[in-house]
Amino acid sequence: MRLPGKGLNQGAKPVTFGFNGRHMMGLEGDTLASALLANDVHLMGRSFKYHRPRGVLTAGSEEPNALVTIGTGGEQDPNIRATQQEVFEGLEARSQNCWPSVERDVMAVNDLAAPFFTAGFYYKTFMWPAAFWEKLYEPMIRNAAGLGALSGEADRDTYEKAFAFCDVLVIGSGPAGLMAALTAGRAGADVILAEEDSRMGGRLLAEREEIGGKPGHAWAAEVLAELEAMDNVRLMTRTAVTGAYDQGTYGALERVSHHLPRRHSLRGSHLPRECFWRIAAKHAVLAAGAIERPVAFRNNDRPGIMMAGAVRAYLNRWGVAPGERVTLFANNDQAHRTARDLHDAGVHIAAVIDSRHDAPVDGPYQVIKGAQVCGSAGRQRIESITVRSVKGEEKVQTDCLAMSGGWNPSVHLTCHLNSRPQWNREALAFVPAEGAVPGMVTAGACNGTFSTAGALREGAEAAGKVVEALGLKSAAADLPDAEDDPYRIAALWAVPGKGRAWLDFQNDVTVKDVKQAAVENFRSVEHMKRYTTQGMATDQGKNSNVAALAVLADATGRTIPETGTTTFRPPFVPVSIGAMGAGAVDEGLKPQRFLTSHGESDTRGAHQLEVGLWYRAAYYPKPGETNWRQSCDREVTLVRNAVGICDVSTLGKIDIQGADAGKFLDFLYTNTFSTLKVGKVRYGLMLREDGFVMDDGTTARLGETHFVMTTTTAAAGQVMAHMEFVSQVLHPEWDVRFASVTEQWAQFAVAGPKSQELLNGLLDEDVNSGTWPFMGCGEATVLGVKGRLFRISFSGEHAYEIAVPARFGAALFRELLKRAEAMGGGVYGMEALNVLRIEKGLITHAEINGTVTAFDLGLQGMMSKKKAFLGKAMSTREGLMAEDRMRMVGLKPVGAAKEITAGAHLFTPGDPVERIYDQGYVTSAGYSPTVGHPIGLAFLKEGPDRIGETVRLVDHMRGVDTLCEVVSPVFFDPEGGRARG
Amino acid sequence: MRIACPLCGERDRREFYYKGAALVRPAEGADLETWHEHVNLRENPAGPLDELWYHELGCGSWLKVTRNTATHEILDVELASEAGLGGEK
Amino acid sequence: MRFSGWRVLKEGLTGNKGWKPHWRDPEPKSEYDVVIIGGGGHGLATAYYLAKEHGITNVAVLERGYLGGGNVGRNTTIVRANYYLPGNSEFYSHSLKLWERMEQDLNYNAMMSQRGIINLFHNDGQRDAAVRRGNAIINQGDDAELLSRERVRELAPFLNYDNNRFPIMGGLMQRRAGTARHDAVAWGYARGADMRGVDLIQNCEVTGIDVEGGKVIGVQTARGPIRAKKVALAAAGRSGQVAAMAGLTLPIESHVLQAFVSEGLKPIVDHVITFAEGHLYISQSDKGGMVFGSYLDFYSSYAARGNLPMVEHTMESFVAMVPALSKARLLRSWGGIMDMTPDGSPIIDHSPVDGLYLNCGWCYGGFKATPGSGHVYAHLIATDRPHGAATKLKLDRFRSGVGLMDEEGTGAQHNLH
Repeated sequence: MRLPGKGLNQGAKPVTFGFNGRHMMGLEGDTLASALLANDVHLMGRSFKYHRPRGVLTAGSEEPNALVTIGTGGEQDPNIRATQQEVFEGLEARSQNCWPSVERDVMAVNDLAAPFFTAGFYYKTFMWPAAFWEKLYEPMIRNAAGLGALSGEADRDTYEKAFAFCDVLVIGSGPAGLMAALTAGRAGADVILAEEDSRMGGRLLAEREEIGGKPGHAWAAEVLAELEAMDNVRLMTRTAVTGAYDQGTYGALERVSHHLPRRHSLRGSHLPRECFWRIAAKHAVLAAGAIERPVAFRNNDRPGIMMAGAVRAYLNRWGVAPGERVTLFANNDQAHRTARDLHDAGVHIAAVIDSRHDAPVDGPYQVIKGAQVCGSAGRQRIESITVRSVKGEEKVQTDCLAMSGGWNPSVHLTCHLNSRPQWNREALAFVPAEGAVPGMVTAGACNGTFSTAGALREGAEAAGKVVEALGLKSAAADLPDAEDDPYRIAALWAVPGKGRAWLDFQNDVTVKDVKQAAVENFRSVEHMKRYTTQGMATDQGKNSNVAALAVLADATGRTIPETGTTTFRPPFVPVSIGAMGAGAVDEGLKPQRFLTSHGESDTRGAHQLEVGLWYRAAYYPKPGETNWRQSCDREVTLVRNAVGICDVSTLGKIDIQGADAGKFLDFLYTNTFSTLKVGKVRYGLMLREDGFVMDDGTTARLGETHFVMTTTTAAAGQVMAHMEFVSQVLHPEWDVRFASVTEQWAQFAVAGPKSQELLNGLLDEDVNSGTWPFMGCGEATVLGVKGRLFRISFSGEHAYEIAVPARFGAALFRELLKRAEAMGGGVYGMEALNVLRIEKGLITHAEINGTVTAFDLGLQGMMSKKKAFLGKAMSTREGLMAEDRMRMVGLKPVGAAKEITAGAHLFTPGDPVERIYDQGYVTSAGYSPTVGHPIGLAFLKEGPDRIGETVRLVDHMRGVDTLCEVVSPVFFDPEGGRARG
Repeated sequence: MRIACPLCGERDRREFYYKGAALVRPAEGADLETWHEHVNLRENPAGPLDELWYHELGCGSWLKVTRNTATHEILDVELASEAGLGGEK
Repeated sequence: MRFSGWRVLKEGLTGNKGWKPHWRDPEPKSEYDVVIIGGGGHGLATAYYLAKEHGITNVAVLERGYLGGGNVGRNTTIVRANYYLPGNSEFYSHSLKLWERMEQDLNYNAMMSQRGIINLFHNDGQRDAAVRRGNAIINQGDDAELLSRERVRELAPFLNYDNNRFPIMGGLMQRRAGTARHDAVAWGYARGADMRGVDLIQNCEVTGIDVEGGKVIGVQTARGPIRAKKVALAAAGRSGQVAAMAGLTLPIESHVLQAFVSEGLKPIVDHVITFAEGHLYISQSDKGGMVFGSYLDFYSSYAARGNLPMVEHTMESFVAMVPALSKARLLRSWGGIMDMTPDGSPIIDHSPVDGLYLNCGWCYGGFKATPGSGHVYAHLIATDRPHGAATKLKLDRFRSGVGLMDEEGTGAQHNLH
């Protein structure tokens, strides 16, 4: 019920919103919860296990009950806290975890079975017969699980991520946070003030206590106006700091447009739905306030039973009275403000029950001291409570019970780096440990200081410390007068009695469950949590953990500090995966790298493949070709018969210079490079320090002190880091410098018997076997552009690789294709390149898979005996040289099925196809149009000694089972005459 | 996590690559047992540890970082090129 | 007390007053035949099988905190046997078989759910690796099948098929894989061990290992010295620290691996799904939360908590692959401490100290190994011979290079496995 003349949103614009299809009026600035309460709607949701009717409990992000779903399809957003969601014109919300409606929920039948659904019951049953778990029990449980639902459609909203940096991050904008921000801001520090609410002020918006002779909210408005005018202060509302991480890094979630109609945040619109911030702060002031805790008593979970502080917030901030006959149940002084404020607003206070006999409180209404509420009645809304006092039990009619068991400081962020909060016996609460998060100071209620004056003082002090540490000058603190009442409280966690008394409202964990856990020896607080699911709901125990462990302490005869506490972990409030993963949707997961030939390849209809971050053309279909094999066969053949062009720029290219460059390469490679003549290229093999092969490639010597290395595409980054490691860490004394030039050069293979002819028409230089012998290299001029030419071959043909600065890449590619096509050749892609290299037994990372040695590859001859090289020592381990290792061979099908598939395993014919008989596996396979049958490379036990033998190839995955002959891995031109000639 | 690169200043962890403990490389010709210890075995303390980080997305420096593995507190950072990890040549 | 539906019913009708402790809290005795250091999944399973299969019941499990408080209580609950290298293949195969009869064996419902795992691949190379793996699984006698992109789409229609940086090409499925309720696994083994007379001693940190003449004779603990004929290490995450008490240096680096759970949602993900690109694995728990994880944070850590870069990497992979779950909200994140070895595979072996046994180096594989690890470790401790399914999990393989099990092929850099 909205009270005229009350609240801070008077005169706000009315808006229409819907809840479960019913349309109502709210005011701008309302949360969905305050707007529903203004319309006398209390029943907002259902609990997780028993599907009990639930109303709103709190007025903040910790709300466990009033969770709703907003939107449909790709906009469907479940588990939205009604206490956080601001209403706007056209908002449509609906209850969840109920069917067919929140009023009539079929699953509420679970409540009747509650005696059997006690803590951990499912660990004791559903075991017979074993197969029924997946078939019957689990599907039943799963269908009942979860709260809200997603639609199954892709999210249609946009999200963002951002970095921010500051001297001091102030978390929370209540009196402590505002005072801290003001103090730091006035001293000139770069300040970020983050507040998860839509409006700054914290409890000052919910209370009537005055600061400096004016209402707290008015004081807050003045401070905010001053802060807003400072260039060095950034105010961030709707921004919850979600996590504390190392070296002053904080995560924060800004709900950018949840309060606006959807059109603003959909793809293509200008606002993200949410923004996830990474804030690097030199210092932080935690002023996160406190969360009020319920009292457990029989049926304390009915709609209309709310936190006392939340009732004050609805009254004082939103002008809403959550009932007409309100009762209050408390164990502390502060809570009585609820009765006072409601009474002053003209709401009837039916009774005030204080558990303390000596409670120093009174009011112009019935105050029952030394009494407890021991039960409630009413189905979908509370109708009465039962009060137990020295006079016995009496029923009190009420439609809203405000309760308070005291306050829990919001210590969550102080726990994120593993610090455990400490029990404060006076405040009956956990408070942060000193130095819990390096660089963070705590102030106000989150520190266990509950008076307004105390919060202001601690906020100023905390900021003062920070300002000093920053080396700034602090202006003298001018603390305004404020309420400085002592925090008087007496322990009251659970009211004794029969029936179920709720601790965790959402997960339906009751006092009985915790006691039963203790009986079953789940006495550790962690065991109790995990056994009962206490504190594992969407509020992560913010409302219930302390009371639950107090019940556990009582049940096990220990004190609360002896019992200990579970840990709060990030995030402080749940964060959408979309926000933290912003930018990665669609093709945004990783950068895309395109070759200079990409456009031309697209024009020619190439099928492009992801290769690491690169896109490379797999094959170029010609009209009439209906599958990739036809294109691939043609492309292989054109290389073998005429000339083919292939973009090979993705290979890593590293320019190496310096007096010790040769020495450096000798150490990196197993073979020697210092002896390589200028103008020559050599193939090299690199090991890891553990003796296994890291990478291979060619390195060209362009000058006495100048080399250019190529790496495989896959290992380009790894090799670069490895080289930096060797030169900086192992051999800083060597005079060598290098840089990756992969992007700077476009490089094309020109391969085939007509390659020389093609180049001779293109280069200024005369290309012949004298000027460019096999494995020769040097500068070459292409139509006036200075480039480099390498006579190297990955196809076994007479071949070259020609490199030009990348800006000429596209033009050169087109020119090469034009000339090749005129000569009966043309372009070839990755598929053909792969077949060509398998035909020649040349390796890629299909073979260099991280577990092979030079010995396995038949390259042990490349390991120099004369010099040191990285990985040499470990490569001599017995296991890396063992004869029975799987070593590389070629395979040729001889069985009925002429098929070889990569990933197939090899067996000796006649052996069972079982692991212990496994002889090896196929790494690469393809159809060779050159030799006219499928070919493959494989690792086979004692492989080179078994040439000529027959092995059985089995690929269960693809249904292939055939016989192959073990052959040399070089299928074509084993003498190498074609490449050399 | 943030690391103060001696050349670039304080930078976010995501700019760095982690290799492991910063160990002095055995001399060439050291026996296999010494290499086994170097490559495989780790003291693995729950406390301060010298380790190698590579400022991959920054200046490209390899760094020797002394960091507490129990608290993630960073105690010291120096250029690995000055840390004498290459061992006996 | 035997657990059953009838017992739940009977207790429910009589006020749930008859439930008994799942295990005792005994005072430590001065001597045991076997002391197991570590009351996590592996230590508890070892104690259970020592008692059940070998009749060795004069056993203490020493736990510095609470039972099941280590990695068994902080993982992503995935159970599978889809390794491809000898050593791992037979061991995890053995473990999966034990999973399949665990609940009836323990009389404890650990909710082992064989919902199937799908490992997605995105290019030819990954497909061929998946085929090699799938064939190895079949050769071991377990199940695997290759799924086409269309078949994956039928099983998991909510994945990103149309607009993906790394399009889904297909998947490798193992139907017998799935998930289990991690805590309950520890509790079930604890209860089973306790029932057979094993002493489970919580809040009892081991502070020293007593070795005399190259032979172990007992341990020092926060609750006094305990003599033991055999001492078995099962303290993954802290293996190096515990081994150091006996003067051993292990081939292990400790690293933090984060895990994540979302708010509860109605069921949408029926399988365990992993992505080769981005290294993401997700499943949905029976409570409705998405349970997922990715890589290590990649720096040595004992802090059991991580940092934002890996959190964000995980979420980025998640939205890229499953944009339909983008609005699921991360509820909680936590970290476990992994023993990372130079080949990414575990060690169950004698140690150089007589009477001291090693069970460590579980890398990413510890949870799914739990029953297998306990079973073969108990065999080793009881008989001093390795179990047939664990003959290759040798400590010496790193020195000799014989029988390395480097599934990732990343070599002797501990954090890369």
